[in-house]
Amino acid sequence: MAEVEKPVKKYSLFSLARNALSFHQNWEKAWRSPEPKKHYNAIIIGGGGHGLATAYYLAKEHGLTNIAVIEKGWLGGGNTGRNTTIIRSNYLWDESAAIYDKALQLYEGLSQDLNYNIMLSQRGVLNLAHNLHDVRELKRRVHAIRLNGIDSEYLSPAQIKEMIPIIDISPSIRYPVMGASLQRRGGVARHDAVAWGFARAADARGVDIIQQCEVTGILREGGRVTGVETTRGTIHAPKVGIVTAGHTSVLAAMAGIRLPITSYPLQAMVTEPVKPILNSVVMSNAVHCYVSQSDKGELVLGAGIDGYNSYTQRGSLHIVEEQLAAVCMLFPIFSRLRIMRKWGGIVDTCPDASPIISKTPVEGLYINGGWGTGGFKATPGSGWAFAHTMARDEPHALNAPYALDRFTSGALIAEHGAAAVAH
Amino acid sequence: MSQINRLAHGGRIDRSKPLHFTFNGQAMRGYAGDTLASALIANGVRLVGRSFKYHRPRGIMAAGAEEANALVQLESGRRTLANQQATRIELYEGLSATSINCWPGPNFDLMAVNSWFHRLMPAGFYYKTFMWPAAAWKYYEHFIRRAAGLGVSPKLPDPDQYDQMNVHCDVLVVGGGAAGLAAALAAGRTGARVILADEQAELGGQLLGEQAEINGKPASHWLAAGESELAGLADVTVLKRTTVFGYYDHNFAGMLETRTAKLPNGGATTRQRLWHVRAKRVVIAAGALERPLIFSDNDRPGVMLAGAVRTYLNRYGVRAGSNAVVFTNNDDAYRTAIALKDAGVKGVCVIDTRLAPHGELPTQALQAGIAVIDNSTITGVTGKRRVQSVEVMTLNADASGVIGPARTFPCDLVATSGGWNPVIHLHSHAGGKATFDEARGLFIAADTLQASACIGAANGEFQLNDCLKDGFRAGRDAAAKAGFKKASRRKLPTAAVVDEAPARIIWALPTTKPIGQRGKHFLDLQHDVTVADVQLAAREGYRSVEHTKRYTTLGMATDQGKTGNIPGMAVLAQALGVANPGDVGTTTFRPPYTPVTLGAFAGRNVGPLADPVRMTPMHHWHELAGCKWEDVGQWKRPWYYPKDGESMADAVNRECLAARNAVALLDASTLGKIDIQGPDAAEFLNRIYTNAWSGLAIGRCRYGLMLKEDGMVFDDGVTTRLGENHFLMTTTTGNAAAVLGWLEEWLQTEWPELKVYCNSVTEAWATLTLCGPNARHLLAEFTDDMDLSADAFPFMSMQEGTVGDIPARVFRISFTGESSFEVNVPASYGLALWTQLFNAGEKYGLTPYGTEAMHVLRAEKGYIIVGQETDGTVIPQDLGMQWILSKKKDFLGRRSFARPDSARGDRKQLVGLLTGDPDMVLEEGAQIVAENRNNPPIPMIGHVTSSYYSANLGRSIALALVSSGRDRVGDTVYIPMPGKVISAEVTTPVFIDPQGERLHG
Ligand SMILES: Cc1cc2nc3c(=O)[nH]c(=O)nc-3n(C[C@H](O)[C@H](O)[C@H](O)COP(=O)(O)OP(=O)(O)OC[C@H]3O[C@@H](n4cnc5c(N)ncnc54)[C@H](O)[C@@H]3O)c2cc1C
Repeated sequence: MAEVEKPVKKYSLFSLARNALSFHQNWEKAWRSPEPKKHYNAIIIGGGGHGLATAYYLAKEHGLTNIAVIEKGWLGGGNTGRNTTIIRSNYLWDESAAIYDKALQLYEGLSQDLNYNIMLSQRGVLNLAHNLHDVRELKRRVHAIRLNGIDSEYLSPAQIKEMIPIIDISPSIRYPVMGASLQRRGGVARHDAVAWGFARAADARGVDIIQQCEVTGILREGGRVTGVETTRGTIHAPKVGIVTAGHTSVLAAMAGIRLPITSYPLQAMVTEPVKPILNSVVMSNAVHCYVSQSDKGELVLGAGIDGYNSYTQRGSLHIVEEQLAAVCMLFPIFSRLRIMRKWGGIVDTCPDASPIISKTPVEGLYINGGWGTGGFKATPGSGWAFAHTMARDEPHALNAPYALDRFTSGALIAEHGAAAVAH
Repeated sequence: MSQINRLAHGGRIDRSKPLHFTFNGQAMRGYAGDTLASALIANGVRLVGRSFKYHRPRGIMAAGAEEANALVQLESGRRTLANQQATRIELYEGLSATSINCWPGPNFDLMAVNSWFHRLMPAGFYYKTFMWPAAAWKYYEHFIRRAAGLGVSPKLPDPDQYDQMNVHCDVLVVGGGAAGLAAALAAGRTGARVILADEQAELGGQLLGEQAEINGKPASHWLAAGESELAGLADVTVLKRTTVFGYYDHNFAGMLETRTAKLPNGGATTRQRLWHVRAKRVVIAAGALERPLIFSDNDRPGVMLAGAVRTYLNRYGVRAGSNAVVFTNNDDAYRTAIALKDAGVKGVCVIDTRLAPHGELPTQALQAGIAVIDNSTITGVTGKRRVQSVEVMTLNADASGVIGPARTFPCDLVATSGGWNPVIHLHSHAGGKATFDEARGLFIAADTLQASACIGAANGEFQLNDCLKDGFRAGRDAAAKAGFKKASRRKLPTAAVVDEAPARIIWALPTTKPIGQRGKHFLDLQHDVTVADVQLAAREGYRSVEHTKRYTTLGMATDQGKTGNIPGMAVLAQALGVANPGDVGTTTFRPPYTPVTLGAFAGRNVGPLADPVRMTPMHHWHELAGCKWEDVGQWKRPWYYPKDGESMADAVNRECLAARNAVALLDASTLGKIDIQGPDAAEFLNRIYTNAWSGLAIGRCRYGLMLKEDGMVFDDGVTTRLGENHFLMTTTTGNAAAVLGWLEEWLQTEWPELKVYCNSVTEAWATLTLCGPNARHLLAEFTDDMDLSADAFPFMSMQEGTVGDIPARVFRISFTGESSFEVNVPASYGLALWTQLFNAGEKYGLTPYGTEAMHVLRAEKGYIIVGQETDGTVIPQDLGMQWILSKKKDFLGRRSFARPDSARGDRKQLVGLLTGDPDMVLEEGAQIVAENRNNPPIPMIGHVTSSYYSANLGRSIALALVSSGRDRVGDTVYIPMPGKVISAEVTTPVFIDPQGERLHG
């Protein structure tokens, strides 16, 4: 094979100091911008976190380095760069707990593994209950998660107040806070850094990351995939992975596959930065609000999905209003802060609110998608399992339950309850 | 402090209204009509704050929404506002503001040590460090968090209110400058419904800061006449202090109106109002923002935008310095030079990057005796807390460096202009494209997806005369397209045309050393992003403008890059060797244009009003009875009715005993009721429900189960045939709307051929459920036209008659397993009947019962609650309800039973659980395992869905979903809880009256 492993120019305080002496003129590129080759051993369509992680683990765990990630825009510019960055593994079903906790474990060592500070901030994630039904459901989760060996606690309103002094737990609000689940290992990470860290580390192992290159067709011969048609020419490969959140069905359709996926805009926003006021991540599905405070001081807030299908990456204003009303109900002191920027992304959702990480009826073609509103937290685990699936042409035990055939077999992994919007 | 920089006369301020205010505790004075910024300048304040990262001293740099430096904390306590631009705060009596992000103050700031380490902190430095040792990041992060964030959040709830308005209009005009006002006039004259919104307290936009003339008179005359004409047009609404912050699909705009001149204080009115506007046409006349020249140490307090300096002179009567240098690449800034000179500012000179500027304005300046140093640039600025001098050198041939000797100009003000950028933000919000005008170095709005047009300066039109023309044309055009055509023969106003020579665009001006090695060339002043940072990003491969933005944080501060983004993008293009900066593109403009208060988005939907409360007709009776409430969806339902001194358990036990031994009354009005009519109604139900409906006799009721396509239980309820083509369906309380939506979805999209009409009648009826052995006796006292005997009125049938002289439908159905009658009367009679029943019921032991007792009673019978025993993964077979699945017809969800998973042997099935200890009530949601241990991970076989103490049985009971549960009846299973393991025996899920004798009795 032609590729040589390029030594990673290590990032550290020392290298920072040394480069400061030369006015930072000598940093190496975080990744190259190579011209696409005619042929690769594998192609990953979609340069989001999941696609880049797949490439990284293909190279690292499976020695597959003659591979390309093909991205129509700029890497990390899809949902990876648009999400509210909440990371947790407190999922109900065994199958979910397994893959999300694998992801969280990888996250816990990722800055060091990638030599890129992804700023994982395990400041705890609380999910609030506002009615008896919520309480029952949250307790069910808390017990299940604990018995799966994952950290999980149930908090009373008083305990919540102790952790989050600024929250209103009074019974006079419309939907009073009745309890919460807490995962202390949950938190947030810097989304761009996850994409960039994976990109840099994959590039260092020889992976070609080709940006501004849109896949327009998937080439097949006799039931096998042979490559892709792109805006920068035809590229051949015996293995192709589709990792294009927001457009999974569009890409699958290029290979004649119909997916049970619907796509909706999902919005998020940040406030102006203020001094630290909220330490943990607070989520409430019942009243639709998700809030954390970034290291920059902004409150990062997530809304619900729009009621209509769309690919616009713009959401409706009233969805934002409902969500901010909920924020003001729970945190009346935030009412005078201001939203500085809001945006939308397109999320692909499956009928059971769980992803697809699967082989397909087309030999050599694989799909990783349908993460809906909550795939950022899965990024390393998803890439790790998908790399295994692509390299070995068979799923790893972690992702075997996420095969496409579950929609015909009925072995669904219903995580609706994980959230109407599960971040 | 005295107003040392206030001119003796001039400006639009009201000198008869002096105002007192404090800044960082120091008392100062200004006038009505001032902004905090103009008043601070008048008082000689230079240093207003510190920057985000390096804590460099910063002063005011602009006069409007583009201000990046002068952010203050306005007021303190409940009404405090963080990060407010001093340029946008109208001065009021008693105002108190403080600098942010510096301690103890802007003059001496301890965090300024950051700037000593600036070389270690280039763009993205944090991605490269703080990684070792891994566990230490937590501690680093703690300090990073403390250092970040600008102002402070209020600590107490907001005392002010916000509200919202919804309006339609024909033409929405964004911006009340020359072009916008002209457009509003033209559109308004046609009779169209027009809204004109402007963010400022006065109409006029840029004109307010200029000495311009219209029709040969000061522009203010035309402004005043225009405004009064608009005021006379009935269908024109002029909204000041109103920012159109977002533009959405289908010509929908969001506007934020601040309703009081005193920004932080709503006082007696709502502080702000959020408008939802649906416009037929939108005219965007949002003006242009001046962009700074990017040179070494261009962030020093005293370096300002030239247009802003002019605005301070002309509008506020203050001079921003006493010794000024104007630095420009265009003719417009000469207006500032001339105005400064006229205001008596000393030493005014112009440094122009162009060779021999010769346009009308430079000529005027020269004639006025202003020195012009051409083909030159500022190479350095001295003065940390206030500009003291600039160093100027001649540009080399390609402007890549400087040559010749350096000259030093002492000054305390540098007014810079790099040209103007049209405000295309709104155009872009709604999916509009932009093209780069290379000659002028600016982005112009191109194709739009909406019915809109950008005009005037917002369209790159910088001549006043053209803006006026453009405005009248656009206003007429928009009105015509909205259906209002009316010819006007009025003469259009005119303004003198000034011939302006083209600018010379040099995005980053050179200094004596390579950029980054002498001083800092700031692009984003608030976030301290420099040219060197952008170049570093490009060098490191962050080639996309979005990558650069995120890596350097360019344009991500509260001003959202209004001044820095375009130069930043151009610098990136150069660093990448891209010839046309347009090819690099802008980052996407995101709403809001300027920050919008959370409270305004929330409007009135906060606190107790966050969601409507649905109350049954008997609500107030329950309240008087002292019930505890349960929220079920939007409904308030009585949970239980504690008597004095009773615990919840006492009350629920008492209610449950009454229901089985005497008579108890439940308010069941919240159950969803859907009236279904039409010749195909029975066929429709056949398809929607799993069982058959065609054969149901009129007056008979049947229990039905609804599945989703995947075969999972979705809802259940009793449906009654009221007539041949008429059914009344009941649903669970929480699912009522979803079920109606589901029915409509199938009727409208899949089975449009069916003639069926569905109507929600939930709130038309009050439902009173009498339950227990005495129910019949009590009811009999209230009716003489219905035979209530078991034979005449069997279980699962309905009669219409009168109850207490009220027309009623009475259903013999039961959710408790007791003989029970559900009495439905028109909602307005509900309370009357309820009260009457209680008046008569004492002798029978009538007791009100709430949802908790209802849940216990139904669990004693093993009746499921959808959403509790089911969770979207449960098929009827799991619940032991095969009997309800018709084999003779198709129904929604049936196909899914052919899937292998439905036949899996280890599916979770509904069972009962009896704990070894009869007083032990399991926790709902607790997980069930097969092994007696408590050390995770442990394989789980199911979970407890419902669990109660049953007073009727004198012990606890539980329902559970357990893998192969029916095969495990008689087995012991374990429920591990933190700190203990509870054992229980698996039973069938029916604990009371398995034969149903009570039910039929
Ligand atoms: C507003 C919002 C908030 C969210 N909040 C959270 C959260 O808090 N926590 C959480 O865990 N998850 C969250 N999510 C979900 C999460 O962002 C996604 O599940 C996850 O980032 C998906 O990563 P990805 O790599 O699969 O997709 P993406 O990052 O979207 O990458 C897919 C890439 O495919 C590219 N592509 C598409 N079509 C083509 C083509 N034809 N050719 C080439 N390339 C193509 C796209 O340009 C894109 O870059 C949120 C999502 C949104 C929108």
